Amino acid sequence: MKLTINGKSVEVQSAADTPLLWVLRDELGMTGTKFGCGMGLCGACTVHLGGEAVRSCQTPVGEAAGKAITTIEGLAKGAQLHPVQQAWIDQDVVQCGYCQSGQVMAAAALLAKNAKPDDAQIDEAMAGNICRCGTYERIRAGVHHAAELAAAGGAKGGK
Amino acid sequence: MTMNPISSRLEQVTKAEQAETNGGVSRRNFLRSAALIGGGLVIGFRLAPKLAAAEPAATGANLAPNAFLRVAPSGAVTILAKHSEMGQGVYTSIAMCVAEELDADWAKIVVEAAPAAPVFAHTAFGLQMTGGSTSTWESYEQMRKAGATARAMLVQAAAQKFGAPVATLRTENGAVIAGDGRRATYGELAEAAAKLTPPTEVNLKDASQFKLLGKPTKRIDSRDKVTGRGVFGLDVNVPGALTALVARPPVFGGKVTSFDATAAKKIKGVKNVVAVPSGIAVLADGVWAAKQGREALKIEWDLGALATLDTAKQGAEYAALAQKPGATARKDGDAGAALAAAATKIEATFDFPYLAHAAMEPLTATAHVRAEGVEIWAPTQFQGVDVMNAAQAAGTTPDKVTIHTTLLGGGFGRKANPTSDFIVEAVHVSKAAGGVPVRVVWTREDDMRGGFYRPRTVVTAKVGVDGAGKLVAWENHIVNQSIIKGTAFEPMMFKDNVDATQVEGLADLPYAVPNVRVDYHVAPVGVPVLWWRSVGHSFSAFVKETLIDDAARAAKQDPIDYRISLLAGHPRQVAMLKLLREKSNWGKVPQGRAQGVAIHESFGSIVAQVAEISVGAGGAITVHKVTAVVDCGTAVNPAGVRAQIMSAVVYGMSAALLGQITFKDGQPEQSNFHDYAVTRIAEAPVVETHIIDSGAKMGGIGEPGTPPIAPAIGNAILAATGKRLRTLPFKLA
Repeated sequence: MKLTINGKSVEVQSAADTPLLWVLRDELGMTGTKFGCGMGLCGACTVHLGGEAVRSCQTPVGEAAGKAITTIEGLAKGAQLHPVQQAWIDQDVVQCGYCQSGQVMAAAALLAKNAKPDDAQIDEAMAGNICRCGTYERIRAGVHHAAELAAAGGAKGGK
Repeated sequence: MTMNPISSRLEQVTKAEQAETNGGVSRRNFLRSAALIGGGLVIGFRLAPKLAAAEPAATGANLAPNAFLRVAPSGAVTILAKHSEMGQGVYTSIAMCVAEELDADWAKIVVEAAPAAPVFAHTAFGLQMTGGSTSTWESYEQMRKAGATARAMLVQAAAQKFGAPVATLRTENGAVIAGDGRRATYGELAEAAAKLTPPTEVNLKDASQFKLLGKPTKRIDSRDKVTGRGVFGLDVNVPGALTALVARPPVFGGKVTSFDATAAKKIKGVKNVVAVPSGIAVLADGVWAAKQGREALKIEWDLGALATLDTAKQGAEYAALAQKPGATARKDGDAGAALAAAATKIEATFDFPYLAHAAMEPLTATAHVRAEGVEIWAPTQFQGVDVMNAAQAAGTTPDKVTIHTTLLGGGFGRKANPTSDFIVEAVHVSKAAGGVPVRVVWTREDDMRGGFYRPRTVVTAKVGVDGAGKLVAWENHIVNQSIIKGTAFEPMMFKDNVDATQVEGLADLPYAVPNVRVDYHVAPVGVPVLWWRSVGHSFSAFVKETLIDDAARAAKQDPIDYRISLLAGHPRQVAMLKLLREKSNWGKVPQGRAQGVAIHESFGSIVAQVAEISVGAGGAITVHKVTAVVDCGTAVNPAGVRAQIMSAVVYGMSAALLGQITFKDGQPEQSNFHDYAVTRIAEAPVVETHIIDSGAKMGGIGEPGTPPIAPAIGNAILAATGKRLRTLPFKLA
């Protein structure tokens, strides 16, 4: 079946019920999207499907066919990082970094819908993303900073 | 199968191959040469020029003055990190140490994981490893000297180039500058400097000259981690590798009696099924097929002796054991007699559950066993131990084992395993499958039910306070499974039936009490147990800091004042408590909130915290704010220190409020984040950290923020509700 990943058309062989996560990681070698729980509980595998943040471990690849899939590898526009990525660097958000692909994708999806979320809106949108290093306070700061960067004309929000 | 878009894994492999040859010496050759020189601290170890010249793909003459760094003609400074980066920021802090003395251009620094080799051994422990909150202090001088050595050689090369005396040259931002303004970059000087003999003595900067050390510095690895480029253990893709999931016994210590793989082998993508000592491995072309294959296995198990393990029964057994005399961990005076005479007695029993580390990245390792040696790619904290265990498993010698350390998606101690369980298993699977490279993947359920937990622990306490409010007696009996007994560490850390790691924090009780007795009881249970962020302090701080709060109440004194009155011999702790009182607005909380305090020394550092909480409907506990004061002697990277205190607070409160592994019919009852809940963003408090630069001996920072948070919250719960909770995780309703 054909998938559209980060703007490119890709032919994949996996069965339609295979979770998108494993198609990305094991068939296509795109390992930026992480495996954390396999039950949609931790958010490490978050990608965008038609602009919506989804858990790729719970998304059969068949359901992703025909929709625009964006992964962490496709969030930046060339060398220009997405405002969330830049904000994460500016705010020194990451620690081990394993959850951060998912955190960044969740935050980017939030900002695409809500250009200036408050703390409660951030907490709600990011509730599904676990960070065991406990970077949550900096994640909040990172989202606020990303909103400022985007408003100031930084890179356009990713889909 | 198409491989489009371009596989990032392939890119990474290619990049790694290039990196191997860029230095004029492949990692494997380097490992060999490094292995020849034996263990211990080696500064100024220089790669043999012949070896470097023999590398066909060498791209230029890199300055490699020692094992820890090389300067390329491009100006890139590559630091080989002997420590594993698991979020604690060690790649950044060691880069700061090197860059400070080298006067390097920070933008040109690249940090790579060092291979496993004796030259990269821990300077205090003699084994290559990352743990015990030791990395920064144990390598502080070593890394600075490594940078200073390279600098001296670059300056010497510049002196020759310029025909100017060394004394007239200065260094700045990756360049040597002459008195007359002539300038040469480190890249331009690298080839000439590489021909020089490294100096045996180098001068290190005085702290007053520091530009980086002690200054808040942003992480060096952020860009890779926000773009998905960082390679973690699960991201390793060795060409030709299969992916394996292993069916392990449902009860610890169980064994396979028989299995039928007929159905498993029919699953599309499943390539092989092999028996290994830990269970049955299903090898496939990816995780999904391996998982389906594993589900299709039919296995008969002999569950073994732990098949009846039950958390409630175990608690009763531990409580009974605590009533008997144990092994003496500390004995001052006569606690029994002093208790009998005390005006007020506090008697308590504490119960702490088994805890899973639950790092975001589940366990994994890739192994390739061949006649010529064993190659391993793994997110490990314990390379020095892993090479020995892997060699034994493969039936070879440690010098034939190569370990490529990936980034770790969290560690918290689980990936520093004396048995190297996840690595040894991968070796066995590769070997059993005829020597194909195999990536063993653990699902979240495998990881959570995979043991090596923080041991379930029961502690009993008797504390006596006299009529004047003075602490006169203190007695604890600690019952748990030793994490050290039966491991290679037993000769050092398990003496006279006392596990030093399980009595820490109580055996060294800092409060002034004339009569102290701390006994230790080994519970012979057999659940795999291990160090979990802050080890014994993860429960001993709770015992100590809630009891002292109870004693303060018995003495009708303010908890901070009371602690200070008993810490005369500990001026750093006194100073910290005074600062904490001021910074936390102690005693001035908004309506509906309550505060609790705790202070604890561990891993050479001291952390004091005030937790500000509220208790809502149904006994819901919300931690709003944590004010922390830390004294780690010298903070190399204050930004890293703040991050680690915040991290430790969230990790510790997650355990205190939510974490527990319980057993029924021998099996862990939890399996994933729905039944082993962890703190999420909305529950995370604001953490405000104040660093005291006391100038005391440098301590650790990865763990010391964890011990005080549970007692600080527990003391706040008592202040809010009048209820003293001594069973964790906390339950109010």
